[in-house]
Amino acid sequence: MVDVAVERNSAAPAQKARKRVTLRTALKRKSTAAFLMTLPLILLISLLVIYPAFYSLHLATLNKSMQRFVGLGNFQFLFTRETFWLVVQQSCIFAITAVIFKALIGFIVAHFVHNIPAKGQRKWRGMLLVPWVIPPAMSTLAWLWLFDPSYSAFNYLLAGVGVDRIPWTGETGWARFSVILVNIWVGAPFFMIMYLASLKSVPDQLYEAAAIDGANWWQRIWYVTLPMMRNIIAITTLFSLIVTFANFDIVRILTAGGPLDHTHIFATWAFRIGIEGGDIPLGASVSLFMIPILAIAAVFILRDINKRGNEA
Amino acid sequence: MTSSAVIDKSAPTRTVKLRSMSRDRTWALRWSYFFLTLFAIFALIPPLYMLITSLKTSAEISAATNPWWVYHPTLSNYVELLTSNQFLTFFRNSALVSIFVVTITMLISVPAAFALARMRFWGSATLATGVFLTYLIPETLLFLPLFKMFVVFGELTGIQLINKWYVLLIVYPTLTVPFCTWIMIGYFASIPKELDEAAIIDGATWFQTLTRIFIPVALPGLIAATIFAFTVSWAQFLYPLVFTTSTDQLVLPVGIITTLIKGDVFAWGQIMTGALLGAAPPLIIYAFLMDYYIAGLTAGATKG
Amino acid sequence: MADVTLRKVFKRYDDVEAVRGIDLDIADHEFVVLVGPSGCGKSTTLRMIAGLEDITDGDIMIGGDVVNDVPPKDRDIAMVFQNYALYPHMTVAENMSFGLRLKRYPKAEIKSRVDEAARMLDIVELVDRKPKQLSGGQRQRVAMGRAIVRNPKVFLFDEPLSNLDAKLRVQMRIEIKKVHQKVRTTTVYVTHDQIEAMTLADRVVVMNNGLIEQIGTPNELYHHPATRFVAGFIGSPAMNFMACRLEDVGGKMHIRLTDRIAFPLPPARAERYKTISRTDKLLLGIRPEHITEASPHAEPGVEPFDVVLDVIEPMGMETMIYFMMEGGEICGRVSPNADARAGAPMRLAIDLNNMHLLDEATGAVI
Repeated sequence: MVDVAVERNSAAPAQKARKRVTLRTALKRKSTAAFLMTLPLILLISLLVIYPAFYSLHLATLNKSMQRFVGLGNFQFLFTRETFWLVVQQSCIFAITAVIFKALIGFIVAHFVHNIPAKGQRKWRGMLLVPWVIPPAMSTLAWLWLFDPSYSAFNYLLAGVGVDRIPWTGETGWARFSVILVNIWVGAPFFMIMYLASLKSVPDQLYEAAAIDGANWWQRIWYVTLPMMRNIIAITTLFSLIVTFANFDIVRILTAGGPLDHTHIFATWAFRIGIEGGDIPLGASVSLFMIPILAIAAVFILRDINKRGNEA
Repeated sequence: MTSSAVIDKSAPTRTVKLRSMSRDRTWALRWSYFFLTLFAIFALIPPLYMLITSLKTSAEISAATNPWWVYHPTLSNYVELLTSNQFLTFFRNSALVSIFVVTITMLISVPAAFALARMRFWGSATLATGVFLTYLIPETLLFLPLFKMFVVFGELTGIQLINKWYVLLIVYPTLTVPFCTWIMIGYFASIPKELDEAAIIDGATWFQTLTRIFIPVALPGLIAATIFAFTVSWAQFLYPLVFTTSTDQLVLPVGIITTLIKGDVFAWGQIMTGALLGAAPPLIIYAFLMDYYIAGLTAGATKG
Repeated sequence: MADVTLRKVFKRYDDVEAVRGIDLDIADHEFVVLVGPSGCGKSTTLRMIAGLEDITDGDIMIGGDVVNDVPPKDRDIAMVFQNYALYPHMTVAENMSFGLRLKRYPKAEIKSRVDEAARMLDIVELVDRKPKQLSGGQRQRVAMGRAIVRNPKVFLFDEPLSNLDAKLRVQMRIEIKKVHQKVRTTTVYVTHDQIEAMTLADRVVVMNNGLIEQIGTPNELYHHPATRFVAGFIGSPAMNFMACRLEDVGGKMHIRLTDRIAFPLPPARAERYKTISRTDKLLLGIRPEHITEASPHAEPGVEPFDVVLDVIEPMGMETMIYFMMEGGEICGRVSPNADARAGAPMRLAIDLNNMHLLDEATGAVI
């Protein structure tokens, strides 16, 4: 150690002289540095998210050529349109039905995967998550082709068992069913993965204790699994509600809102009016109707996330 | 049944009970496999059908034979698309956009996450919550005002952004940065505080702590965030549909849908080929990095 | 290497005072242990010496230089953390050399220093492994190695053994002592474990509520505690405390514990306590080893008394006994051969030559 010490004496003072920053200025500098490191993020959020969000409020009060202020005129006009109410109705049906089935299917599938021996789980999980991995625009094309009016591969199979051809995207009821089905297909794997992760975090001893207390499988799910997973179920559901409610790709590609605007939801209708119809203010007014639902869901998610934080 | 044989010495009633329990278990397993198979078929039908159709000629498709079988497999659809300049342009645009967006996203969100996780400063907690809220704002709410903003921007400055592929480099980060920042905050926050203190005592600056300690230690999180940013950029459909129209500026999803669907039903072979090729990059990444992919997926809600 | 001096050091957080004016002189080469219950300010003090916390008031000097405003990396210190804080993505050698590499030392010197430290800590065969592949004790050695290669002025240890199991803790304690005997670097060591403090330290600093209760060698603290806190904190099982007062019976000073029990004080003690008011509320402090079975040849100052035992704990080389006295539980230590049975009466003897008398109100040892 002695030889080392000698060398240090020659190296260290030079080291010291070069940089002599005081602790307090270092701390001050630290928070400045921290601010600068977040600056791009702040700029991005404020210029490209917050500003457009408020700009959208402003746009909604203008007339089609965006030269005249019309106040709530766009909204008044929307309320008189039958299609608008159709869109409100369909958006709610679409989002609520799809989310409920996604949650249910995700829960059931997660249980099945959790049930089988651990070494096979990876393989099944891998297959079952594929719908979530494929870009929705691409997979919806496959569904569109599966639903094709004259060449539907599903109808071919149904014809084999003597069922008449089904107008998958041609009739209001079936078209609504189809867009929801595709949405479930895309979204259920996400629930499955979230539930599976949360199932794995429930300690085995709890199930063993419940089994010793004489609980059957249903009671084990009801009294052990569900309470332990409550938070993750809530967050996933709310989260999916937002995404589903604001969906665009699936409806746009599968039905483009048809037949006769019966499958339009807020996003696709806003696109039809704002971009295709060239009436940006009216389109913006339509999309603003998503805000209340999003806000409610966001409040609940935030509450749950904070709760999780406090528990940890 | 071996387990019951081992505990043979215990009371006979107990053995019976155990045997019936393990029989229940066997049946539960069989049912699990049965339903999992059903769900797997449901999950894999569309991609499989893409593959089946992509191997058919237009003639075979229009002949309305069994759609689930390929009688005369051919790679002509693949050859045609992969030699078509237009399709390759879409692919190139998609690749460029995704790579640039991933880079931009990481450059913005990693330092920001580090600052928010470790360097407490005025408003940092609010900002972290704000980042999460931003992530909840869907693109369908913002595309109209953004479109109008870019039009106005073009009129004011003369810089035309609409109908240029690089406009997507500006808007995609709004989708990727908040989530990536959020999960990186989670990963960074899970690194023990002593590790950066040790680094400080070892003489590392904040920047060195980030690059030489935090980034390597949180590498799985970084990979998960990168995968997320890539898949989001690759799959995004609405923004390119709104902001780009000329065929040489389109990215893959929009390109396939706007150019291959011409009302000619027999182009389905090519459409499915294009869709499959469009789905390939995320699928390949997923196949090789499944664990990171899933970690990123679950991180949003579990790292709070 | 250098001495460390703290002058009136304060640390205030928003609404709490963690450290309330500490004066401490640590000599060159000295091994000083800060000990106290959690929240006593010992870790905060260590972190202020390290520069991980800035100080609200006062001065900290290392090697004669005031370092209040010097950032940690320029203080020339090394620190070992409770959870080791090894960089998980680096090998053992990389972990140990990280600081040197940041300072751009020549490769050859880094290698020789790492080798030397590895040899000293007996981890030569581990240098290419990652922390994940190491056991707790090995990680602890690497953490120490990281401190040694820096060859700093001061070593700082923050509860380094708390994460180890009991057996390993004893082993590592000896290891730390050996290392210190070799490198002789000034060391400040924080722990909540008084045995660790006693066995390792040249001098122990007992802290409580952000203040220093007493500074002294392990023996001084054990035999001459200055306050009730120190008396109760040092030693295991802890010192017994009984309410008492002084009394004169037939010209001899007695100490009265209960209505029935009072002992005459040995002359040396009587002389020492003669100025104390007879009405003062006092505490008798007596360690368990000074309550033993009564023997027929009692030395002067060893007084017999009778109790009924509640619990006995045979430990092999001794047997701990517990009994109640005036509502308080008292612990004594008898020979394993003594006839101690739970629920049975026993004649014990208290060694008043080793008693401590405390002021009940102030807690000061008189």
